[in-house]
Amino acid sequence: MNTNDTHSPGGAAAGSLSEYLLGLSLSVILTAVPFAVVMSGTLGETLSIILILLCAIGQVMVQLVFFLHMNTSSQQMWNSVSGIFVVLLVVILIVGSLWIMQHLNHNMLMGH
Amino acid sequence: MSSNRTIVTEPDPIFGRLTLDSIPYEDPIIMTTFTVVAIGGLGLIGSILYFGKLKYLWDEWLTSVDHKKIGIMYVIVAMIMLFRGFSDALLMRSQQAVAVASESGAGYLPPEHYDQIFTAHGVIMIFFVAMPLIVGLMNIVVPLQIGARDVAFPFLNSLSFWLFVSGALLMNISLFVGEFAATGWLAYPPLSGIEYSPWVGVDYWLWALQISGIGTLLTGINFVVTILRMRAPGMTLMKMPVFTWTSFCANVLIVVAFPILTVSITLLTLDRYIGTHFFTGDMGGNQMMYVNLIWAWGHPEVYILILPAFGVFSEVTATFSRKRLFGYDSLVWATVCIMLMSFLVWLHHFFTMGAGANVNAFFGIATMIISIPTGVKIFNWLFTMYKGRVEYSASMWWTISFLLTFTIGGMTGVMLAIPAADFVLHNSLFLVAHFHNVIIGGSLFGYFAGITYWWPKATGFTLNENLGKWACGLWTVGFFMAFMPLYVLGFMGMTRRLNYYDNPVWNNWLLVAGAGAIIVLCAIGVQFYQMFASIRDQKSNRDWTGDPWNARTLEWSTSSPPPFYNFALLPEVRDRDHWTDMKELGLAYKKPTKYQRVHMPKNTWAGVVIGGASLVLGFAMVWWIWWLAILGSAAMLGAWVIYAFEDNKDYYVEVDEIEAIEGKRYADLDRVNTKAINYQESDATTISV
Repeated sequence: MNTNDTHSPGGAAAGSLSEYLLGLSLSVILTAVPFAVVMSGTLGETLSIILILLCAIGQVMVQLVFFLHMNTSSQQMWNSVSGIFVVLLVVILIVGSLWIMQHLNHNMLMGH
Repeated sequence: MSSNRTIVTEPDPIFGRLTLDSIPYEDPIIMTTFTVVAIGGLGLIGSILYFGKLKYLWDEWLTSVDHKKIGIMYVIVAMIMLFRGFSDALLMRSQQAVAVASESGAGYLPPEHYDQIFTAHGVIMIFFVAMPLIVGLMNIVVPLQIGARDVAFPFLNSLSFWLFVSGALLMNISLFVGEFAATGWLAYPPLSGIEYSPWVGVDYWLWALQISGIGTLLTGINFVVTILRMRAPGMTLMKMPVFTWTSFCANVLIVVAFPILTVSITLLTLDRYIGTHFFTGDMGGNQMMYVNLIWAWGHPEVYILILPAFGVFSEVTATFSRKRLFGYDSLVWATVCIMLMSFLVWLHHFFTMGAGANVNAFFGIATMIISIPTGVKIFNWLFTMYKGRVEYSASMWWTISFLLTFTIGGMTGVMLAIPAADFVLHNSLFLVAHFHNVIIGGSLFGYFAGITYWWPKATGFTLNENLGKWACGLWTVGFFMAFMPLYVLGFMGMTRRLNYYDNPVWNNWLLVAGAGAIIVLCAIGVQFYQMFASIRDQKSNRDWTGDPWNARTLEWSTSSPPPFYNFALLPEVRDRDHWTDMKELGLAYKKPTKYQRVHMPKNTWAGVVIGGASLVLGFAMVWWIWWLAILGSAAMLGAWVIYAFEDNKDYYVEVDEIEAIEGKRYADLDRVNTKAINYQESDATTISV
């Protein structure tokens, strides 16, 4: 934990132009792929959903790394720790909800 | 009420669903309340104008970004809402005391009205009493405890407050114009869907919570940043006072949990307004998803309410036991553990809704585990008192009452955490008794302890100690009388939210509970009188030293009330109990030789204006007055844009002004020949063991 972070202008890392351009093109690709998959309709439902989800996760990472400049340098430690914390909670929430709802659906026969 | 009213489905282009028929003329209770509120409100406005205080009010309070003033305003609004929420409680208690069918029929409250009352009671007590009390305390205390001059985002703080006020006002408007939700405080669909709640009640619920919830979220962000970024030099995380630690964890919970509430409410709003099917029974919707989501927010919420109270007890216990807090590290880690684990237990609010054995077992065990760090804290406080020189001040009374009451409430919670037992006890008065036991005996007593403890810091004079002890005693007796019978009734099979019942055996217990509620009424009366009497006698209660309790943490090193910039010079923190450390080293109350100018934020109109516009937006959305809704949103956005382009937001307090203020402070100290310095000399040797 950072012990000397009083009044430091933390979290204000800036990126270079090439970094921004790389981030932009990656995010455009990750947006275009799901659209292409759905519009062409050639991949089948399950595969499409998996691909869309992967692109979404990739998109989040691209945004965090290239636009919010998250890394493990000491100045960024708080951002990274809170990032990991939030990811953990989101995973708990999504996995927990899926687990609970699947049980409820099964037991309450809501799907039928 | 909605039952004998024509539901407008084709809204008027000007007035939406609002008609003269929307005002519940025929209800004498509501109309009497309305008359009293109207006369009181007009009297208040009249006297403000008569004494020419409007400009003072606007300049010094409404537009203020000073965290201490915002904190005081939070507490004032919370106390007003406590009055209303408790009136609802009295209505319910008296209804249940008489509504045994064989004797007096159905009591005096029709089901439609009764359902609104229990919904309003829950919503008010959680969102508009408990939340503002704790946010208010954090506002007053946290920046002072960490040696900051304000919060990180002063304008955002003002905006949070006014969004919260806007939600509270919308909630109160629902009493006189239209109706409130009759769905229970969390408005489960399908009951809260447009099909079963066709009129405006649930819409008031949605917009009041949405607006004030966003205010709370902004507060959370503000305080997380403040605590991480604005601590005084030398104050490492493990030197932070415990109240700051618990507030920090509570604010982290706000930041991660409140978006879930925002989204759940938004989805329900869409279901009701544009006919989506997120939570309906058909078209692929699933109402259980709402229950799942709302409790994924709701469980962290109860820890948001209790964690800062734990912090209050830690400060109070250490101060009045004249000892360092026992097991600071364990207390901090217990808090962090609770913060993490509070996201692993939400299903225990709906064990009986059809999840299987594995799911129930997992969440039941997780719930029992989360009681362990809470138990750790109880021992921290007990061992702090052990062999301390405990001084039984009013805030210590609240703490001891808390220890007794909360432990019982916690144990009934562990009982409810057993899924098999929950199948018997859920939805019964046992549950009602349990959560009142932890929220009143835990959170509320904590806030009262905190208000008593920090009142002199905020206002400059102490609260009357004797009346405080009376209030605490009456609250405790009243609480036990009002809620222990509910445990019994729960075992006897009485379910919650009953408008009337036909089992005469229950009646005796409900009469006892009603008597308990009356004792609580006396307690609240004593509290209001305590505040009145203390304000009246403030000359004799004046705290000149800034440290009336011989306390331990940084906030007591400033004057009471602190100057608007809090600290003329930022302190260098060496020790966890910084102020005790200073007193022991003989560095306390030493006048510095040189001052520097101080950078401060300017007051702004933007918070109160955006808050007011959000009230217009909420009211318009409730009544489907679309043009007004557009106007309200445009005003919010416009005000924000104008504020964003203002470049005159801060200023420097010059050295001569600081010298004048600080000079007066040290003159006052000299004049009373500081009792505190005597403290320091007599206690320093014994405390430092």
